[in-house]
Amino acid sequence: MKAYIAKRLLGAIPTLILISIIVFIVIQLPPGDIVTSTLDRMQAQGVEMSSEAIQNLRAQYNLDQPLPLQYLSWITNFVMGDMGYSYLFNQPVNELVGERLGYTLLITVSAMLFTWAVAIPAGVYSAVRQYSVGDYVITTVMLVGLATPSFLLALIIMYFGYEWLGISIGGLFSPEYRDAPWSLARVGDFLSHLWIPMVVVGLGGTASTMRILRANLLDELNKPYVVTARAKGVKPLALLIKYPLRIAINPFISTIGLLLPTLISGEAIVSIVLNLPTTGPALVEALISQDMYLAGSFLMLLSILTIVGMILSDLLLAWADPRIRYE
Amino acid sequence: MSEIGADLQLQTLSPRQLVWIRFKRHKLAMASAMLLIVMYSVAAFCEFISPYDTDWRNVQAINAPPMEIHFFETDGTFHLRPFVYGVDMQVDAETWVRNYTENPQKRYPIYFFTGGVRYQLWNLLDSDVHLFGTGPHGYIHLFGTDQLGRDLFSRVLYGARVSLSIGVVGVFLTLFLGILLGGLAGYVGGLVDRVVQRAIEVLQSLPALPLWMALSAALPVSWSSLGVYFGITIILSLLGWPALARQVRGKFLALREEDFVMSAHLLGASKLRVIFKHMLPSFNSHLIATATLAVPGMILGETALSFLGIGLRPPVVSWGVLMQQAQNYQAIVLTPWLLIPGFFVVLTVMAFNLLGDGVRDAVDPYSAAGRD
Repeated sequence: MKAYIAKRLLGAIPTLILISIIVFIVIQLPPGDIVTSTLDRMQAQGVEMSSEAIQNLRAQYNLDQPLPLQYLSWITNFVMGDMGYSYLFNQPVNELVGERLGYTLLITVSAMLFTWAVAIPAGVYSAVRQYSVGDYVITTVMLVGLATPSFLLALIIMYFGYEWLGISIGGLFSPEYRDAPWSLARVGDFLSHLWIPMVVVGLGGTASTMRILRANLLDELNKPYVVTARAKGVKPLALLIKYPLRIAINPFISTIGLLLPTLISGEAIVSIVLNLPTTGPALVEALISQDMYLAGSFLMLLSILTIVGMILSDLLLAWADPRIRYE
Repeated sequence: MSEIGADLQLQTLSPRQLVWIRFKRHKLAMASAMLLIVMYSVAAFCEFISPYDTDWRNVQAINAPPMEIHFFETDGTFHLRPFVYGVDMQVDAETWVRNYTENPQKRYPIYFFTGGVRYQLWNLLDSDVHLFGTGPHGYIHLFGTDQLGRDLFSRVLYGARVSLSIGVVGVFLTLFLGILLGGLAGYVGGLVDRVVQRAIEVLQSLPALPLWMALSAALPVSWSSLGVYFGITIILSLLGWPALARQVRGKFLALREEDFVMSAHLLGASKLRVIFKHMLPSFNSHLIATATLAVPGMILGETALSFLGIGLRPPVVSWGVLMQQAQNYQAIVLTPWLLIPGFFVVLTVMAFNLLGDGVRDAVDPYSAAGRD
């Protein structure tokens, strides 16, 4: 197992390097850079800068160096824990990222738990009671869920929240708690806001997860050992949980890794719609105003988050299924 | 003898016919296929079917809710020709919100094949005949209007043209990239295979939406609408090909060892001929199924990007662009009908998913048997 973990961790390093190169290229793509947009702003205010000052500014951001060197200095600083300075928010990126990434992580993880809490019982039910009314209802709901963009779902919930409950949905805190220090009341307020993004983001992955589990379980349920156990008088529920479900859930674990990118994507757009203080809205702002350090850091961190999640799901699978460890 | 011969004749079915029979059994897939045919036809003839065009403004009905089609007047008089009631607007003195009420005095009968806004169908046919309309004295807004008084029904139809086509164009591009790279990896093997596999792994582990956002934010503002359209399509395909390439690679690896491929080589067929003439046809039905299932992702991607304002930009009309107007809280609460384009997205994506499932089950009898 140790060897497997080491192999998996080492294998992620080249992937991360490649991703960092892609991210660097992507954030270099927009025409212009931080200096030209600063100059534009200053010119709009009527301030003229000498060419010497421009040179100094370029040197300050390392923009006078060739691209590979710029990349190297960016990634070295990133690895050392210095993500640069965001001129959009006039703050070091490190300070900006921490809290936002925390909320992103929190929403993503809770959305994933929600996905399982819904998908596993629903999948088991619709497999065990195949072609029953309940199966058709669940399958239909999931089909619609699969086709509904998460931002549309968020918008619809906002609408009905107002129409039926008379509340305005959005944000992670009520106004009175927004800048308050952490307290028990603030945590309660936070939790009462958290469930909406959790449900909206989580539903996006529920349909596919449920379908996989249903198909896996249907395969298992028809196998002779299940019939034998039934014939010998094992209680249906005990049998289901002890044998077919355990086997059906194995391939299911490996989909965690594929679920994560979807959830993180979903989180980004839902946060924008619901106006949550996470990475999504800040990333869009950073991209639109070409705040390279900020955008690059967000893209890198989201990718790292995904990769770590994939490794965890691989390890979980290796722990659950010995065949994989010894391959 | 001849009777037996006739019997045998009846039982000979080509693989294509078998696929068709299996597909027809899939009722939901059949219904989806018909729905999609209808939607694409409507999108193709949207100038004719919609009563207005994308820019026509009705200043008497700004932010007006959808209008109902009536056959009975308020006093119970029946009319064979359906009609709508015009609306009266009052501004709420406190909230400045426009409220609309139907005015039974303003009865606008709906005429078919009636004149209206001039248009050019496919830049060929100059006409002003619309499928339906109320003539010059009335107005009809089946899905309501937006804050500029533009007819949402017409805009949804025009938007269908962009949103529906971007999925198909994007999938063709994805197919091209997927077959090319997956085929190379599976057929050539060695270093090429390793490089492609690594690329697939990296691209699949990136969260798609943030990367899409970064790439489309990089599209120059100076580009024309058409340029942005293709730019977005290319961006969507760039992250879409890995899944397909993986499948193609697997198939090529398996097929490379088959006898018929070996025989083709021994008979002196060139590599390209073997790939395109012998290997690809043996699994192109799978490719069609995968391609169908890939369309929804493209449509959802375009909608999300345009909704955020970094995809297609007005004056181009797509479902995502239309939804952009419903982005703020106030708009959703006061003018919820602006969400209507979203339901067309859901409908289309659902239809493509069901169609794809049906096609996959039809072309691959082993995958289907007894489950979905």
